[in-house]
Amino acid sequence: MNARPDNPGPGLAVAHCLRETDIFDGRIVGLGYEALDPGLHLPEYCDAGYLLPYPSAGDSTFLERIALIKEREQIDALIPCLDAELPSVTRLLSEIERMGIATYLPSPDQLELRNKDRLEELAAHAGIEAPRTKPVADAQFFFECTRRGWEFPLVVKGLFYDAAIVRSPDQAVTAFKRIAAQWGLPVLVQEFLEGEEVNLTGVADGNGRLLSPVMMKKLALTDKGKAWSGITVSDDTLLEASRSLVERTRWRGPLEVEVMREPDGAYRLIEINPRFPAWVYLTAGAGHNALDTLLRLMRGERLDCEEPAPAGVIYLRYAEDTILPLEEYESVVMNGWRTPLEPHQESSP
Amino acid sequence: MSELQFSEESLLPDAATLERLALSSSGFLFDPVSGHSFTLNETGRDILKILQETRDLKALKQQLSDEYDLDSSTLDRDLLEFLGSVRDQLRRP
Repeated sequence: MNARPDNPGPGLAVAHCLRETDIFDGRIVGLGYEALDPGLHLPEYCDAGYLLPYPSAGDSTFLERIALIKEREQIDALIPCLDAELPSVTRLLSEIERMGIATYLPSPDQLELRNKDRLEELAAHAGIEAPRTKPVADAQFFFECTRRGWEFPLVVKGLFYDAAIVRSPDQAVTAFKRIAAQWGLPVLVQEFLEGEEVNLTGVADGNGRLLSPVMMKKLALTDKGKAWSGITVSDDTLLEASRSLVERTRWRGPLEVEVMREPDGAYRLIEINPRFPAWVYLTAGAGHNALDTLLRLMRGERLDCEEPAPAGVIYLRYAEDTILPLEEYESVVMNGWRTPLEPHQESSP
Repeated sequence: MSELQFSEESLLPDAATLERLALSSSGFLFDPVSGHSFTLNETGRDILKILQETRDLKALKQQLSDEYDLDSSTLDRDLLEFLGSVRDQLRRP
């Protein structure tokens, strides 16, 4: 779920969308990695909550856990919401499906295509440019980069996560060391783009069609640069780039396309995320509930919803407190799941 | 002072941009492509409304001079400033 207040993952928003689909009234089981993940403890969104082992624990540990959850909860479908868990799930797809759990995901090849060091290739599929990117394994680069045509400011990025805007060699080296320590080498250096970010989410059917597209521009950012408000927009260039990308890669499953609209009107591809974004609840608000589309595709329905959502629908994110009885927290810590499974009850004295 | 010669092409937002703008009677203006919204006073709202209907600068100036008690050069100057601001804001990424 990763429902952190300052940088939430998509899990809770996905559950929120599921609650509002017309075709699903079953139980939702939230999966998280920390006992204090709020998503595990909110019965209005998740009927039960389970801890998962971190991907570093290995495939067999992960599969054992999924098997246990299947046995206890009879889950029919799995919707991964975090980048880091997607490689494991796609690698173990046949085992997961043998348990009777449905998924709708990109292939391992498609997942690799959206690696940050293959951005230019991905952008070519979308028919737009990518920012100039270079893998760097030695921090000395930053003291020579201006002579090689890399002017500050630059963006220093980890291979999987994390990014920092740097304006001098000293700042760059600090960011390089921090990111390399956490995410390994090489670190990616990217030209800094000015402009305005516009994003699209939807579901690709694996046959070249992008369904239920919703485009969003962030209206307000937190100190960490994360959106806490956004509005649906209608941007033909982003829509066509996304459709082209889906068609040419035969993408399957959820995706988020992030582009930068530069002051001169040019578009550059920043990233593709192989999952729903944290703002996915806006799709339900805009009448294009992405989870409704995903569930229908999982059921094998042939869908015809390729028109984008209307512009002008706003979402506003907020933090809210919830009360957690000690027994419930204890259950998650000691057993790895939340009980009781009913809405919160009074804690016994 | 001679009257400023306006060229519609250079002064006005292009027809497609004008057409897509959602302008409400309150003066709230929304651009569905950029996602930007603006607030206009009554005069600004009326100017945009006329332009969305006709995109005819001469007709616009005539309507404004009928409505407001302004000499031609003041009207030209204010209009030039307003339209420049509209173009800049709509072009803003």
